[in-house]
Amino acid sequence: MSNAVMLGMPQLPPVSPRGVGNIRAQEPFPAAARRALADSQLRLNLGKATRTIRQKRAEVVAEVPGWEELREAGRQLKTHTMANLIEYLTQLEDQVIARGGTVHWARDAAEANAIVTDLIRATGSDEVVKVKSMATQEIGLNEALETAGIAAYETDLAELIVQLGHDRPSHILVPAIHRNRAEIREIFLREMADADPAMTDEPAVLAAAARTHLRRKFLSAKVAVSGANFAVAETGTLAVVESEGNGRMCLTLPDTLITVMGIEKLVPRWSDLEVFLQLLPRSSTGERMNPYTSMWTGVTPGDGPQDFHLVLLDNGRTAVLADEQGRDALNCIRCSACLNVCPVYERAGGHAYGSVYPGPIGAVLSPQLTGVEDNASLPYASSLCGACYDACPVKIDIPSMLVHLRAEHVEESRAEHKVPSAEAVIMAAAAWTMGDDRRWSNAIRAARLGRAITGKRGAIGPLPLPVLSSWTSARDIPEPPKRTFRDWWRRSHEGGRS
Amino acid sequence: MTAREDILARIGQAHTAAPPAGPAYEEISRDYRDVAPREPEADPVELLVDRLVDYKALVRRAQPDEVGSVVAQALHERGISTVVAPPGLPAEWLEAYEGEVRRDDAAGNAALTIDDLDHTDGVVTGCAAVVAETGTLILDASPDQGRRILTLVPDYHLCVVLPNRIERDVPQALARLDARRPLTFISGPSATSDI
Repeated sequence: MSNAVMLGMPQLPPVSPRGVGNIRAQEPFPAAARRALADSQLRLNLGKATRTIRQKRAEVVAEVPGWEELREAGRQLKTHTMANLIEYLTQLEDQVIARGGTVHWARDAAEANAIVTDLIRATGSDEVVKVKSMATQEIGLNEALETAGIAAYETDLAELIVQLGHDRPSHILVPAIHRNRAEIREIFLREMADADPAMTDEPAVLAAAARTHLRRKFLSAKVAVSGANFAVAETGTLAVVESEGNGRMCLTLPDTLITVMGIEKLVPRWSDLEVFLQLLPRSSTGERMNPYTSMWTGVTPGDGPQDFHLVLLDNGRTAVLADEQGRDALNCIRCSACLNVCPVYERAGGHAYGSVYPGPIGAVLSPQLTGVEDNASLPYASSLCGACYDACPVKIDIPSMLVHLRAEHVEESRAEHKVPSAEAVIMAAAAWTMGDDRRWSNAIRAARLGRAITGKRGAIGPLPLPVLSSWTSARDIPEPPKRTFRDWWRRSHEGGRS
Repeated sequence: MTAREDILARIGQAHTAAPPAGPAYEEISRDYRDVAPREPEADPVELLVDRLVDYKALVRRAQPDEVGSVVAQALHERGISTVVAPPGLPAEWLEAYEGEVRRDDAAGNAALTIDDLDHTDGVVTGCAAVVAETGTLILDASPDQGRRILTLVPDYHLCVVLPNRIERDVPQALARLDARRPLTFISGPSATSDI
């Protein structure tokens, strides 16, 4: 009768499975961040890049008189869409099919990779050009295609730098933000057979080298793989928002187009794009409008790819949707404004987060997609300063979500370990001590003994004790005072009676 | 269970565990539509020119009867000796041009190939709409603009903007577009560089 126990228990959707994709950190954030902080070149590159982009964003946001009203509309549109997701997904599916496209559904990364691989094989091609896409990074599509003997060429300049450098992306929008010009030149010279050794490290020269390298591929490729920024349920229209024009090339020239899209990327109606096409470019690159946006609906006879496939991806998204306090992370439009304003991201860089979704939004999205125990250090990768919440174009309350996930992590490790953790023991002891006036007075007097281990800076550094060691490894405890406030008060107000 | 049924069932489970709380569609706040524009009195044409110059685009102005000569002069100054013309491009726009015109006619079996386009210097088109505030040209593959590929491969694009295509902001421009046509929004060069 063990099944009877399950009755009445709501079944929850599964998280993204282990063993595939790029959203699980291989090491805890503090360890990775410590290494990144030691890299002064990285800090220099990141500081410069995020400072520039913050400034540009602030300027173009300030020139929109109804910015706060737009943010609120964006938030409500996303919340509404998530509440009606079944209706809008099936509407999108109907529209895409009605216009000659094919719709596939993928429960997780492995299933999506298999669908895309089979679709490419069916064309007889063994290479594809790719538009920069977070979804395909998330599921590890390039790795899966390589295993299947299919060459995938990234065509976004920064994504190309990452791919040629055998590197990982460190920013949602500018995946090579951790590289400077000299490093990029080195990578190009090493990896591009057609690179000119006399090439300088001027950005225009580097971009021209990439253009020469990619242009033949564009003109000859038979298959392209893309993501999507938005999908309109009402019309079946898909949108890719980009900067370089490489996306246009991929979306127009090949015979076959395969688009992999998370199920949360929907907007209800065509006119709703008026909100997001204003919010996204200004928040992400600090432009009034991004240089190129392409939109297409199914297949247009005689214009562009004549074979179109849309792959709708879950991969843990429905698990996020099942958490009332965490589900707003699905409202993210991947602008990366929260990365650029985050003091932790600016210093630690994207790789320290161990997931293709770095920064504040990554710290709430990755642990939810994988289950918090598989990315347990990420909810702590924040000072909770709130800058991300202020910058978010759809008003995702990232700080509250981080606190919620920290609590969830504590609950889960308590349930897992059965025996109380050192932290739990200390908290119980603290509650006992603070619960009684005399016990508390004695304890804080005893704390003065801490002066014995105070370092030269007048602070207590790392301590080799459980819990205290992880607390004090990143924080200094101020030196305890010679006399406690309570002692002082008693002496000066109560005539020394105790 | 198919993946489709499975995912839709999971959404149902999620909504059971965490009941949805979003507003009804009609109740979504649209207050942004009531906020007055920053420069309400600014002439959209002036605004557009300002934005396009900001993108380092070369802007020329022409009276209706001057379009042909202004186009010819622009192409001449740029040294364009071959241009692509979409099937429905008004003939008078290219009547003064002395170089070679390659007209694309996909319907009439005279479609240009990628290779043809790669060996053509430039392309001349009209446009579906323009957003003055953001300096955005919007193409929708109508006969005066042609297939998307025409504006994609040649290095030089000359776009003729008629005054009645100019809208002040993004919402107004979207409202006049047909979502089901293939659409391309172009707003200046990339911060890095074009491919």
